[in-house]
Amino acid sequence: MAPIEQLTQDFLRTKKLPHIWCPGCGNGIVTAALVRAIEKAGYDQREVVIVSGIGCSSRAAGYLNFNTLHTTHGRALAFATGLKMARPELTLFVIMGDGDCSAIGGNHFIHSARRNIDLNAIVINNHIYGMTGGQHSPLTPTGKKATTAPGGTLERAFNLLELARGAGATFGARGNAAQPRQLEKMIIQAARHKGFSVLEALSTCPIAYGRKNRLGGAVEMLKGMKDSSIAIERAKEMDEAELEGKILNGVLFSFDAPEFSSQYHQSIKKGQD
Amino acid sequence: MAEAKPVLMQGNEACALGALNAGVRFYAGYPITPSTEIAEQMAVLLPENGGVFIQMEDEIASMAAVIGASIGGMRTLTATSGPGFSLKQENLGYAIMAEIPCVVVNVQRVGPSTGVPTAPAQGDVMQARWGTHGDHPIIVFSPASVYEAYYLTIAAVNLSQKLRQPVIILLDEVIGHMREKVFIPEAGKLLVEKISDHVPADWKPYDEKGLTPLVPFGFGHYYHVTGLFHDQYGFPTGDPPQVERALDRLHAKLDRYRDEIVLTNYIGHKEPRVAIVTYGCTVRSARSVVKRAFWQDRLPVGLLSLQTIWPFPAREVEALAKQVDVIIVPEMNMGQLVGEVDRYACGQAKVIPLNRYDGEMITPDQMFELVGRWLP
Ligand SMILES: Cc1ncc(C[n+]2csc(CCOP(=O)(O)OP(=O)(O)O)c2C)c(N)n1
Ligand code: SF4
Ligand SMILES: [Mg+2]
Repeated sequence: MAPIEQLTQDFLRTKKLPHIWCPGCGNGIVTAALVRAIEKAGYDQREVVIVSGIGCSSRAAGYLNFNTLHTTHGRALAFATGLKMARPELTLFVIMGDGDCSAIGGNHFIHSARRNIDLNAIVINNHIYGMTGGQHSPLTPTGKKATTAPGGTLERAFNLLELARGAGATFGARGNAAQPRQLEKMIIQAARHKGFSVLEALSTCPIAYGRKNRLGGAVEMLKGMKDSSIAIERAKEMDEAELEGKILNGVLFSFDAPEFSSQYHQSIKKGQD
Repeated sequence: MAEAKPVLMQGNEACALGALNAGVRFYAGYPITPSTEIAEQMAVLLPENGGVFIQMEDEIASMAAVIGASIGGMRTLTATSGPGFSLKQENLGYAIMAEIPCVVVNVQRVGPSTGVPTAPAQGDVMQARWGTHGDHPIIVFSPASVYEAYYLTIAAVNLSQKLRQPVIILLDEVIGHMREKVFIPEAGKLLVEKISDHVPADWKPYDEKGLTPLVPFGFGHYYHVTGLFHDQYGFPTGDPPQVERALDRLHAKLDRYRDEIVLTNYIGHKEPRVAIVTYGCTVRSARSVVKRAFWQDRLPVGLLSLQTIWPFPAREVEALAKQVDVIIVPEMNMGQLVGEVDRYACGQAKVIPLNRYDGEMITPDQMFELVGRWLP
């Protein structure tokens, strides 16, 4: 693999570094992929806005040199909806944790999908509530341990992308922190897609999740993540037995449908003519 | 001012029209009785005027969307009632902390909980003050008529922009649904203050020196907005002196502009012995008491009506308490603002509550009878 190039300093608030994340945390990898994606896609700095919720992953906003909006727990998409409706010309990336997006923010998530509003949701899924020290989230796999599920959680996890698709999202992709190049490409695709895009970025939390579930350190966790994921194109040629325990990677769905903010503004223009 | 023409309208409609004329171009909300007419009006008015109306999935999202739109540079409004006002508290606190302007209307109904959806009450006075957590400042207006609903909404929008501070309008169901004649100045003649036009080169979003206009996102001023305590550039801090300074800053804004914020009105005898202190629709009954007791019978009775209930008009109440023997505080609750009145009367006058909480208004007769008992 070619070495990964330096990040554009313009897009980073270097004075705010070092970041608060633990060694081995995947948040930095996903954030770096986002910065590179914004650069490669050629966006003007002033038209990009980063919105985030509350959690370790959501702290990414503070390190990025754009207009950044660090909101309340679970509500990032609702703030972003207001901003996008007010200023449809802006490009919004909405960074959320798995708990932030799918538990407390679940309602806003499905309704953003239903409206098909042009927001780019980046869900950093470390399968745990990292910031509060390791409680289970709606994306913790059944049986995995958490401080609030010491014997392993009995609850079933959401399939986030199926949930998004069912609710009306028009772009859904999954990548992981072990394959940052691919993440970068998927972020660009998500951003160029007009409509509600969801990128689930599987990530590592060696501190609050890995340790409790004996998944090893960051390296082992990343390796495990890479080994268990399989590209959607390859998966199409495999049978069910071969796919057992595999996680699909890549763009799972992408199609066109009317986008809410542009539709709204077109409709009021017509009314005013 | 241009000639005003009389229009018959509802308090809720007056709120919507006031907001529109004050430059509001964004509304996000969730339907709830008795506030729904505000949303329905905005759903018609905003698209006609190039604005955005959006019905959100709940009140939490409505409050969030309004803040997001304000950061985008729009003047914003949301309206609700008790149960929805409870849900708005989290992000209301965010707007206070991040200094994002917005106006929140709460058309009060009988609570707690779902209560009596269609009956009036003034039970949210303390919730409006302390509903969101932490030691925050707040501005709350309480209109007593349809016309007050109109112009206090305009004042709320302008004040919220100027101070970068959410303003709450605590409307009574009675005012919200009552139809009254109001004089609306010609559209376009109203003064809409615009302060975000001139951005100094060294602009900081939370300048330690004091008020700074909000520069909307998307204009090349890269800054951070957070509900965490932050420095003057918006970046999180947990440093004790900075935390203290930041909280002082929020309160200092309101202290400095106190005279623009605190609106009260006194009518009645020049040397009253008994005064009524009240707000919202209860002012209407109190006015008819003053009409009868003072204008007709020349009794030493007066009325201090509070258009602003938070920050509490302490100075006005203190001055009044020095003049009178008794202050009567009628409220459609079990006694909320009366505690503040008592606090600032400082023992100079006897403070007597008059409460009703059965979903009916306090009648002039009820008030007159109590006033009579304390007259010399
Ligand atoms: C209303 C509210 N409830 C609870 C919290 C506490 N809290 C902060 S972050 C968090 C969970 C974060 O988990 P996740 O979204 O998965 O993000 P991560 O830290 O794992 O990146 C919780 C419960 C809060 N800040 N606000
Ligand atoms: S607790 Fe987990 S998610 Fe949070 S910074 Fe540490 S490793 Fe990352
Ligand atoms: Mg998490």
